[in-house]
Amino acid sequence: MSNNRLSLVWKGLIKENPTFVLVLGMCPTLGTTTSAINGLGMGVATMAVLIMSNVVIAMIKNLIPDKVRIPAFIVVIASFVTVIEMLMQAYVPSLYAALGVFIPLIVVNCIILGRAEAFASKNGVLDSALDGVGIGLGFTLSLTVIGAVREILGSGSIFGLSLGISDYMPLVFVLAPGAFLVLGFLMVLFNKYLKK
Amino acid sequence: MEYFAIIIGAIFVNNVVLAQFLGICPFLGVSSKVETSMGMGAAVTFVMALSSVVVWLIQTYILAPLGIEFMQTIVFILVIAALVQMVEIVLKKVSPSLYQALGIFLPLITTNCAVLGVALLMVQKEYGLLEGLVYSVSTALGFAVALVLFAGMRERLEFEEVPKVFEGVPIALITAALLAMAFMGFSGLV
Amino acid sequence: MESSLKNMVLVLFTITLLSSAAVGGVYLITKEPIAQAKEAAVNNALKQVLPEFEATTKQTIEVNALPIVAHTATVADKAVGYAIESISKNGFGGAIRLMVGFDTEGNIVNINVLEQKETPGLGTKMADEGNALHSSLVGKNAGKVNLTVKKDGGDVDALTAATISSRAYAEAVAIAYEAFKVACGWQSTAGDVATGASKQEQKGGQNE
Repeated sequence: MSNNRLSLVWKGLIKENPTFVLVLGMCPTLGTTTSAINGLGMGVATMAVLIMSNVVIAMIKNLIPDKVRIPAFIVVIASFVTVIEMLMQAYVPSLYAALGVFIPLIVVNCIILGRAEAFASKNGVLDSALDGVGIGLGFTLSLTVIGAVREILGSGSIFGLSLGISDYMPLVFVLAPGAFLVLGFLMVLFNKYLKK
Repeated sequence: MEYFAIIIGAIFVNNVVLAQFLGICPFLGVSSKVETSMGMGAAVTFVMALSSVVVWLIQTYILAPLGIEFMQTIVFILVIAALVQMVEIVLKKVSPSLYQALGIFLPLITTNCAVLGVALLMVQKEYGLLEGLVYSVSTALGFAVALVLFAGMRERLEFEEVPKVFEGVPIALITAALLAMAFMGFSGLV
Repeated sequence: MESSLKNMVLVLFTITLLSSAAVGGVYLITKEPIAQAKEAAVNNALKQVLPEFEATTKQTIEVNALPIVAHTATVADKAVGYAIESISKNGFGGAIRLMVGFDTEGNIVNINVLEQKETPGLGTKMADEGNALHSSLVGKNAGKVNLTVKKDGGDVDALTAATISSRAYAEAVAIAYEAFKVACGWQSTAGDVATGASKQEQKGGQNE
């Protein structure tokens, strides 16, 4: 059983990686990954919402009539997003400013509603929490990697540390086209080497 | 002049999909045929115009006077979800032909983050009602333009030999990158 | 669970009520820290752009129909410097907000970028240390230099490949200087700062 539980977390990283395999939550994936730290911040914020909403939805799933399932889920998710938004504004204002409108948009991140519908509404509280951790980690990892690649290629630094090559790097990777390009090529690498 | 700047800015310079990364899911999901992408574009324009007006009224006459702007996200998403449902029901009764054309796209729109995104941005930019309406319709048109252009490219792509690992989403993303690069040419226009 | 109108309404109502209560609770808890964080950001910026001071008072001055907040820094009730929270709406990605510090003579002590949404790697360089805009302005007397970029015949070095951002930056500094002149009592009302297209013609007159 504990082995099963571990695999719940593990599958989110590779086999059901939300970004590279399920191709969900593309808006924040492309919009916030201009640097490694922004990608990491967005990933952690999303993970926090995902875990909390998974837990609450697993707890109340038997009390909700089928027909109003989706609206009820949306209310729960939107509340957690608002809570996270206010906490970030209070304690990490600079990150909040950098991520901008994408924080409230966690509400419509298909990953969260998708996991609520596909997993948390059918499984127990602990399993749903672990599922949230796994998928959340997978999302965070993907965003951090994309952010790191774009930061290195575009501004010649990593996590804000200059590598001393910034003058030679093509800026386009930090701009909009670079987001599509980096994600496309990373997906190719992922398909080739990790997805078996 | 100001409206003109908003229109050009929202359609080309700050294109909602290619520069602001909102509405990527439908952009990748329903862009394999030009015809369906036009339907989606029209449905989004309709819902966005409607929701921007409703959201503006709620923000100005309910949330702001009560000082509960922090409830924005929750209220807006519920309004949009309810609105989409209502549009679907009304359309079904009033114009079955239009419903047939747009019907299948409507449920997808609730989770189109462009709709919520525009509602939030509109409030953030402190637009008036008319400015907000112009802004949201232009943004939706920008969405439609990007979607139709992209669908056109993908229709061509279908007949090309693509290396196996690039098939599907990766090649679509790389195509989108080229389109985004072309749209960067508009930057500085407004 | 079976859906009936009664239980649907009841459940949705309860969930919405509980959620609103929870969100409202967190709002009350974080309200104070959020206000503090905003204030800390302003205070931090003040410290960076002003000579040493004991206290500040603030007033609002209208320039170009924009309300500009001016902080007067004092030591023993004597003004030692002025910090202006200036804004230009003509940035590449929207508004740019600057905190510009002046001493009593109108010399620019320092400039701090409070908020900008410029293109990463191009316009955002305005917030980096030792960028061209910053270093071509700091230490200069704002009354003796032409506060437009060199491309427009002024004295401000623009950022490479970011002329629009640079113009907006220079404009915000010019607006700050107009507000400064009112704050320190040189003028009773602020003059207008030419923006956008009308910039070039008007500048000739101002130079004389």
